[in-house]
Amino acid sequence: MTTLAHRDDDEAASDALGGFTWALARDVRLALRTPSELGVQLLFYVVVVTLFPLATSPDRAMLAALGPGVLWVAALLASLLSLPRLFALDQADGTLEQMALSPWPLPAIVSGKIAAHWLTTGLPVVLLSPLAALQYGLDAGAIGVLAAGLALGTPILSLLGAVGAALTLGVRASGALVALLVLPLYVPVLIFGAGAVDAFRAGMAFDANLSLLGAGLIAAALGAPFAAAAAVRIALD
Amino acid sequence: MAINWYRYASPATFLPVAERLAPWFAAAAALLAVAGLYVGFVVAPTDATQGEAYRVIYVHVPTAWMAMFVYLVMAFWSALALAFNTRLSAMMAQALAPSGALMAFLALWTGAFWGRPTWGTYWAWDARMTSTLILLFLYFGVIALRNAIDDPRRADRACAVLTLVGAINVPIIYFSVRWWNTLHQGASVGLTGTTMARTMLAGMLLMMLAAWAWCIAAALWRVGAIILERERGAAWVGALPAAKGAS
Repeated sequence: MTTLAHRDDDEAASDALGGFTWALARDVRLALRTPSELGVQLLFYVVVVTLFPLATSPDRAMLAALGPGVLWVAALLASLLSLPRLFALDQADGTLEQMALSPWPLPAIVSGKIAAHWLTTGLPVVLLSPLAALQYGLDAGAIGVLAAGLALGTPILSLLGAVGAALTLGVRASGALVALLVLPLYVPVLIFGAGAVDAFRAGMAFDANLSLLGAGLIAAALGAPFAAAAAVRIALD
Repeated sequence: MAINWYRYASPATFLPVAERLAPWFAAAAALLAVAGLYVGFVVAPTDATQGEAYRVIYVHVPTAWMAMFVYLVMAFWSALALAFNTRLSAMMAQALAPSGALMAFLALWTGAFWGRPTWGTYWAWDARMTSTLILLFLYFGVIALRNAIDDPRRADRACAVLTLVGAINVPIIYFSVRWWNTLHQGASVGLTGTTMARTMLAGMLLMMLAAWAWCIAAALWRVGAIILERERGAAWVGALPAAKGAS
């Protein structure tokens, strides 16, 4: 048996994987036990999307032009609304502290939690978006681009949001604060995601937008879990 | 003779230095601003294409530049604070945030005044304007996070993490907004193409130095206040002449 000081890379990798899969399975199971909570968040997305035509006009050409932006902004807000689920409950009952003390690396556990957060809040929005896009009169091609963009972009929202959620753990008025911290960071995702649909509708190349979203996803997946884990440790001190 | 810079990492030794340097930087800022405004508003010729309205750039460009630069300096101090756990680095980052926010706000405000006569609108979704606005939001975020956390040491490190995440994002935000803007509308009117007269450049440089000096002075004054507030329980603060006189 190797000692802590002499662990090799394979063991570290399996540790990271162990922490990731454990946190992922646990958070998904917990989320599925309160399906109504997930349903409310999804309904929030649908209701916000429904409000915009009422506020502007039911004109189909205008709705098709507004649609991609509205659907993306609604996805941003839905993601923002679900951020407290990530860490706040676990901090309240002390689970988060045990996670930080566990032999698994904390960034791996945080990654698992973020993946579970996306699976339970981001993925439903992606799956629901074609339906919402129909309300805005987008054609099949535009809906495909929108869904592809959301599929690449919503994980970035969960990753960046995790940093904001961890930083605001247990502070005053954390709900409004996390919006102020996280929404400016969401701007590039919004631009590239909505831009892809706009470019497709204008008959221009849209793959660059999706490539940039993919690149952003890789960069965020590599960096955000470490920043979020550092923020969790700060909050637990 | 080598100066032991680590000595100044202690708030107790840095406070007198900050208090001695701040008035000098403030005086320099005032002198440079008077000289710069004189050159900019009296000496420099009227712009051939933009008329008198262009003179806003003597305030606008230095503040816009400082808004970005102060964020970089803040990120530098935040990185030091996280890496070495030095209290003074975090205090410097804290002291710089309001100055940076003020600079970003002034850049947007003066930009609106310049845009009205030149572009015919107070606000356009120009890439630089939009990214400066988002930069202002990032400053507000750091300041708000600081105010929301009671424990100053926790606030130090949380703000440092946020500042660094923001620093990585600032270039991405800038390029994304620029790209989005070129998709939506053609290039806006810019200063490119107009070669600047020598006096205009001189006025701009003077104002730039004034903005630098003012930001340094304000940050030093603020960090002095932060040190005194945070270390108020320490023995050395109680031993200060001003504290003795007050009690």
